[in-house]
Amino acid sequence: MIEFNLNGKQVSSKSDPDTPLLWVIRDELGFKGTKFGCGIGMCGACTVHLGDDPIRSCSFPLKLAQGKHITTIEGLNNAHPLQAAWVEEQVPQCGYCQSGQIMQAATLLKNNPNPTDEDIVQHMTGNLCRCMAYTRIKKAIKSAAGQSQSVQYFDPNEDMNEEMA
Amino acid sequence: MAQTDNTSILDNAARRRFLIGTVNASLVMAFAPTALAGANGASDTLAAKQFSPTVWFSIDTTGKVLVNIAKAEMGQHVGTALARIVSDELGADWDDISIKYVDSDPKWGYMVTGGSWSVSTSFQMLSQAGAAGRMALAEAGAALMSVPAAQCKVINSNVVCGAKQVSFAEIVRKGAIEKTFSAEEIAALPLKSSANYQHMGKESKALDIPEKVNGSAVYGIDKEIPGMIYARPIVPPTRYGNAVTSVDDSQAKSVAGYIGYKILNDPSDHLHGWVSVLASNYYAAIQAADRVKVQYQLSQYNTVSEQDIQDSARALVRDAKQGAILLNEGDVVKAQTAAQHIIEAEYTTSTASHYQLEPVNATTEFKDGKWYIHTGNQWQSLTLPAVAKALEVPEDKVVLKQYYLGGGFGRRLFGDYAIPSALTAKAAGMPVKMVFTREDDSKFAQPRSASVSYFKGSIGTKPEDLGIEHRISSGWPTLSMAPGFLAKGLDDSGKIDMFSASGSDHWYSLPNHKVNVANNALANETFLPGWLRSVGPGWVNWGVESFVDEMAHKAGVDPVEFRLGLLDGKGKQAGDIPQNKHGALRLKTVLEKVAKKSKWGRTLPKGEGLGIALTYGQERNMPTWVGIAAHVKVDEKSGQIELKKLWAVADCGKVIHPDGALAQMEGSMLWGVSLALHEQTRIEKGRIADTNLSSYTPLRMQDVPELDIELLESNEVPVGLGEPGVVAVAPAIGNAIYNAVGVRLRHLPMKAEALKAQLS
Repeated sequence: MIEFNLNGKQVSSKSDPDTPLLWVIRDELGFKGTKFGCGIGMCGACTVHLGDDPIRSCSFPLKLAQGKHITTIEGLNNAHPLQAAWVEEQVPQCGYCQSGQIMQAATLLKNNPNPTDEDIVQHMTGNLCRCMAYTRIKKAIKSAAGQSQSVQYFDPNEDMNEEMA
Repeated sequence: MAQTDNTSILDNAARRRFLIGTVNASLVMAFAPTALAGANGASDTLAAKQFSPTVWFSIDTTGKVLVNIAKAEMGQHVGTALARIVSDELGADWDDISIKYVDSDPKWGYMVTGGSWSVSTSFQMLSQAGAAGRMALAEAGAALMSVPAAQCKVINSNVVCGAKQVSFAEIVRKGAIEKTFSAEEIAALPLKSSANYQHMGKESKALDIPEKVNGSAVYGIDKEIPGMIYARPIVPPTRYGNAVTSVDDSQAKSVAGYIGYKILNDPSDHLHGWVSVLASNYYAAIQAADRVKVQYQLSQYNTVSEQDIQDSARALVRDAKQGAILLNEGDVVKAQTAAQHIIEAEYTTSTASHYQLEPVNATTEFKDGKWYIHTGNQWQSLTLPAVAKALEVPEDKVVLKQYYLGGGFGRRLFGDYAIPSALTAKAAGMPVKMVFTREDDSKFAQPRSASVSYFKGSIGTKPEDLGIEHRISSGWPTLSMAPGFLAKGLDDSGKIDMFSASGSDHWYSLPNHKVNVANNALANETFLPGWLRSVGPGWVNWGVESFVDEMAHKAGVDPVEFRLGLLDGKGKQAGDIPQNKHGALRLKTVLEKVAKKSKWGRTLPKGEGLGIALTYGQERNMPTWVGIAAHVKVDEKSGQIELKKLWAVADCGKVIHPDGALAQMEGSMLWGVSLALHEQTRIEKGRIADTNLSSYTPLRMQDVPELDIELLESNEVPVGLGEPGVVAVAPAIGNAIYNAVGVRLRHLPMKAEALKAQLS
């Protein structure tokens, strides 16, 4: 039996340990937001997080999830700034790739809150959008990045001289 | 749907009445055939569902308006656009509107989503439906307030008269509205003028988007039925003519969860030599199917190659006697004799495939005497009869349950993928969820056929010597899947698939113009040619707009000037119905605008060029006028083509959902780029060779050019936008490459190797 943390909850699976995580997440644990596209890790529709990293769950065996934290689109709780940006920019067309796009983009912003256009393209080019909503995907990532940047909190313990300099 | 015999089945505006009555406390509004609406009152008829509308909507006692959408949602936000037409005319508050994508039912009339038709073919009827509802609510509201209806306005879900007002909710709660509009009354309904629109043409968010960003949107592949088992098909080596001779599943038995296999016999004759593998979970079905060995008696087409398909088409277009005659104006042969310049060219396209991201799938259950097929589908009225035939049951025993489509692009028009699911469920005697792997999906593709177009142009000293002889050959999707939609050629010259010919009957005024269209029978015999986004114009207009450019250069005239000279809007090019009002003059306008926008005529650095191309979209009866300009940079050593920017100016009549319209243009133009520069496959051993993304390479984010898109403001009849953006991109790029480096590429996709070969 393989045990892991899915979207904050401990789960377990008795499936064949070689089963791609995708089918366990979708068919066994019932989280359908993660999609099956190509089965060979080349479209990105099945992207989920392993810790803070994006993985292609269609090609990731269940056994490697043992003891790990897995997050799917449902685990963002509709509260991620990217999801709001996706609505604001009206990104999805058919929508089938968008869970994967958002999960992929989330790992970019996590490590790089202010990505350049080139950073975005490099990080996202492995995710196919067959409707070709690429310009909006890029725009939404930029706008989400901009938003997290525009929120600044006053911290009295922080040395303010830095800003003055 | 130009010139087909069957346009009437799409014309849902046939004689009918509009009924408004109270059913289960809600106010229900629907169209009904004239014959049915007479005897009983509106409410009785509605309650008995004795109607055949393509639209109906209802208002409940809280004032919420539910608009039923009989179209497939596959990314075009069609429900939002259609609901905004209804809500605007109804006078509803947009926040009160919700939509429902309906399952197949004869009451919805003819069900198809394609051809960029939805808004165009629904606009009038939905406007009238909304307006009829508004009239009825105004009357009822006026009665409740004891004021004359003529003094009432309907706005934001309220009937307002001076300082008094009553809400839709209150009217529904208190009033038993009972009203029938005759066909004559429907025609006389006062529709709003554009200036009074509250919703149409105004910005709004698409109703389907929120659930597409949090994983809750339900696609066909997400459906589960209690007690179901999983199935994966073993798709035979080619589409037709295979028979299973033996099956050996000994290797599969070690797969945990493997249940067994079924050999499928299909009375509808769509599946030849199919086996399906059953398992308790899908991974086991994948594993087991890989281990089941099937022996076939193979069809004679299992050796056909891309070259064979191309050669067969080429032979047809090189013979002036082949094909049906679509158009024969003036005398092309006489013009050629008199001409000063003759130019000939052949334009070709490779096989391409849909690669819609959700692999095809269907889940089937038999319940209470009916077969329920859960699957996203674009053409229920085509798919359902085929499934019924396969199951050997009457059509009323089959229901297609609709879901979001993980991409359509034409692959989900004829839902042949529902057949193996249904047959497997029947054979297994239990609910079955059949999912195709990406490779299975590709093996069962309905690819865009390769094509060959031949052109012979004549340019003389006199304008009347100008002529184009044009012959086209490809596989014809409509011949295989919906032969009733074939059109008649001139002079009993045979039938024509207009979906594979449109683009040739263009809006340039040519004194001599002949078009022959020949079916490439080898393509139709080998595989099932599909309707792929933009269909015929995708390859026909590639040739036309490239060749017109060639003629301009031959004549020594600037290509934009040359086109402007041919767009006089005279005679048949003036347009003949509201959809194509002003005809070629609207194409002339978009050409002038896109030339200006892209600064046509400017000097660019060496190796760079601008190119322009036009399209009228899908058909003459529903033209979307689009001008595209492309800016390319060519690396003269490697032949690498960099597409820097695309400009588009489009006139699609009245724009109903502006942001949705823009999204369709963005996506379709990038589809145009992908088909022009990136994606292709080939027929090998009778089916497409590239079965997954390791070798099939659609456009990715890294190759997206800058886009500058302008939708012209217009009050003309709305037409369609799902496909037209695809069509003129490839020729604009080809023309730009010619202007950059003087090389004319005549094959799609345009690849660096081909350009490099011609540069050296």
